[in-house]
Amino acid sequence: MAANRTLTIEPVTRIEGHSRITIQLDSDGRVADAKFHLTQFRGFEKFCEGRPYREMPALTARTCGICPVSHLVASSKACDQLLSVSIPPTAVKLRRIMNLAQLLQSHALSFFHLSSPDLLLGWDSDPAQRNIFGVMRSHPQLAKDGIRLRQVGQVMIETLGGKRIHPAWMVPGGVNEPLTEEKRSSLLKMIPEGMTIARRTYNLFKDLVTKFPDEVQHFGNFPSLFLSLVTPRGGLEHYDGLIRIKDAEGNLVEDMVPPEEYQRLIGEAVESYSYMKFPYYKRHGYPNGMYRVGPLARLNNCDRCGTPFADVALAEFRTLQEARPVASSFHYHYARLVEIIFALETIDRLLRDPKILETRIRARARSNQDEGIGVAEAPRGILIHHYRINPRGLMTWMNLIIATGHNNLAMNRSVQQVAERYVQGNQLQEGMLNRVEAVIRCYDPCLSCASHAVGQMPLHIQLRDATGRIVDELVRR
Amino acid sequence: MSTEKKITIATSWLDGCSGCHMSFLDIDERLLELAELAEFVYSPLVDAKQLPESVDVGILEGAVSTEDDLHKALLFRKHCQYLISLGDCAVCGNVPAMRNFFPLDAVLDRAYQENVQLNPQRPTLNVPRLLDPVRPLHAVVPVDLFVPGCPPSADAIWYVASELIAGRTPDPSQVTRFGA
Repeated sequence: MAANRTLTIEPVTRIEGHSRITIQLDSDGRVADAKFHLTQFRGFEKFCEGRPYREMPALTARTCGICPVSHLVASSKACDQLLSVSIPPTAVKLRRIMNLAQLLQSHALSFFHLSSPDLLLGWDSDPAQRNIFGVMRSHPQLAKDGIRLRQVGQVMIETLGGKRIHPAWMVPGGVNEPLTEEKRSSLLKMIPEGMTIARRTYNLFKDLVTKFPDEVQHFGNFPSLFLSLVTPRGGLEHYDGLIRIKDAEGNLVEDMVPPEEYQRLIGEAVESYSYMKFPYYKRHGYPNGMYRVGPLARLNNCDRCGTPFADVALAEFRTLQEARPVASSFHYHYARLVEIIFALETIDRLLRDPKILETRIRARARSNQDEGIGVAEAPRGILIHHYRINPRGLMTWMNLIIATGHNNLAMNRSVQQVAERYVQGNQLQEGMLNRVEAVIRCYDPCLSCASHAVGQMPLHIQLRDATGRIVDELVRR
Repeated sequence: MSTEKKITIATSWLDGCSGCHMSFLDIDERLLELAELAEFVYSPLVDAKQLPESVDVGILEGAVSTEDDLHKALLFRKHCQYLISLGDCAVCGNVPAMRNFFPLDAVLDRAYQENVQLNPQRPTLNVPRLLDPVRPLHAVVPVDLFVPGCPPSADAIWYVASELIAGRTPDPSQVTRFGA
C-alpha cells in the first residue's frame, strides 16, 4: 500500500517570479492538501529606512519590472500626502494615462504571452510547444496581436516617461514633464489599432470560454469577498477612488471607505510555508476573511465602466453568473480583456481633454506631514504604500501591501481545488500538473512584487513514502 | 526551418524585478525573427522544468539572495557554454543588495514580526534560506559577459543576441551602462 506522498511543482512557469506548489496525497493517491509557496524575499520595507522620501517612487518601482508604474503611482501619491499638496489636475490626468497604459501592457502579457498557450494549444498539449513561441507557429496572427498590443502600452509609457521600464517621470507633487502636442498625436494614432486588436481578442475569447465548462467550474470557483477601489459614484477606477467590498451574493459589506483607512479593514497574517503574507478582511477574521482583488474583483464591484465598448463587454461579463458576482477565477482572463478595452477608451478620452497639454504639472513643497498613504489599483489589484518620515524627510518606516499578496488565500484555495479535481496521484500525467499551474496563471501573480516581503516559485514532483523515500518522480521538461 | 542549427538559450531570474526579461520582450516583433534563429530551451516563458545538459547561451537576471538563487547560478554555469549577467542586479547587486546595509534579522523582523497583525513568524517551510550578504552573479560563478542597465534597453539586448547568433563577441559598453 502506498503511503502519504508530496508532489512538488517547481518552477511554476509562465508566471512572474519564483514559486513552487506542493500537493499532499493520502495513502490512496488522493489529494489531501495543496499549497502555493513564494520563495523570494526582498526586504524593501526595511532597507528603504533612512533614505529620502523623494527616492521612493523610483526606488520602489524596482519592486517590479512588469508593473513599475503602479508603484510609481502609489508611491507618488503617498509622497503627495507627505507634501500635503493637491497636485495639478493635468498631472492627475497624465498619471492616469500612464497607469492605464501599463494596465494595457501587463494584461496583454498575461493573456497572450503567458496564458494563451493553455487556452489555444490545450493544457495537455506538448509542453515543449506550449509557450508563446508555439503560439507564433500555430496562431501567428494572435501572437502578432499580442506582441503589438503589449507594445502599444509600452510605447505609451515610453512616450510619456522616456523609458519603457522604470521611467522616472512620476514624482512627488505630480510629473516632471508636460505632454506636447506632437506626443499627444503620436499616442492618439496608436489607439485605433489597439482597439481593433482588443475587440478582436475579446470576441475570440468570448467563444473560446464556452469550450471550457469544466475548467470554469473548477479553476478557483468558490464564494469569497471581492475588494477594489471604485469611483465615488461606483464606477470602475484604477488611480483614485474609495474601497468597496462585496460578498459572494453581491451585498455591499463595505463601501466608500477612504483608502487611508485600509488598516481598519485589512490585516496581514504570516504562514510558515511562504514568504508571501496573507492579508484578510479583519471583520471576518482569518482565514474566513479571504477576499479576491484584481480585474475580477474590479468588474464584480463596479456599477459601470463608463466607456461605451467596455460597458457592453461588462454587461456580457455579468451574464457569466446569474444575479451575483462572477465566482470563478477562470474569468480573470475575461475581466482582463474587458479592462484592456476600458483602458484604451479611457486613454483616448483623457488625451482629447483640452487641458491635457497644460504645463502646470507639478506642485512643489517640502514635507509637511510625517505620514503618507498612497493607494491605487495595479493590474493585479489594489496596491498600498504607507510611509512615515522624520523631520529631515528621511524614511523611518514603510508598509507595502502588494496586489498579488491580497490574492494569496484565494490562490492557495484555488490550487487545492484544481488539484482535487484533476490530480490523480496514482496515475500522474503532466497535463494534470499544468492545470494546477494554470489556475495560478489566472491570477497573473507578480511574485517579485509579492516578495517585497515574499519569495521564489519553481515544477518537479516527487512521490515519497512514509519514510521519506522517493518512490516516484515527475519532472516537467 | 531547421531546428538542429538553432542556437539554444536558457534564461532565468534570480533576485530581481523581472524587468530585464520584460525588456527582452520589448524587442517586440523582433521576437518572431528571434524564434527562427534561437530556441528557448529553459525560461520562465516556457514550460521546461529542467535545464538541458548543454545549452549554448545562459542568461541570468537578478542578484544572488537565496540558496535557490545560488543553486540556479551554479546550475547555469555548469550547463551553459556562455553565461551572461544581465542587468544591474546581476552585475552589481543593485536594489536587492540594499538589504546588506541592515542585519538580516532586522529585515525579516520588519516584514514578518512588525508589519503583521496575526501569526507573526519567520517562514521556513518549503522556502529557501536567505543568504547574507546578497551578492552579484560573478561573485559566485565566472561570467562571460556583463550587460548592465536597469533594465538594459530592448535594443541593447537585441544587439547582444544578434552578435552572439552571428558568432561574434558583443561589446555591450557601446549600447548600455550602469543605471541606463
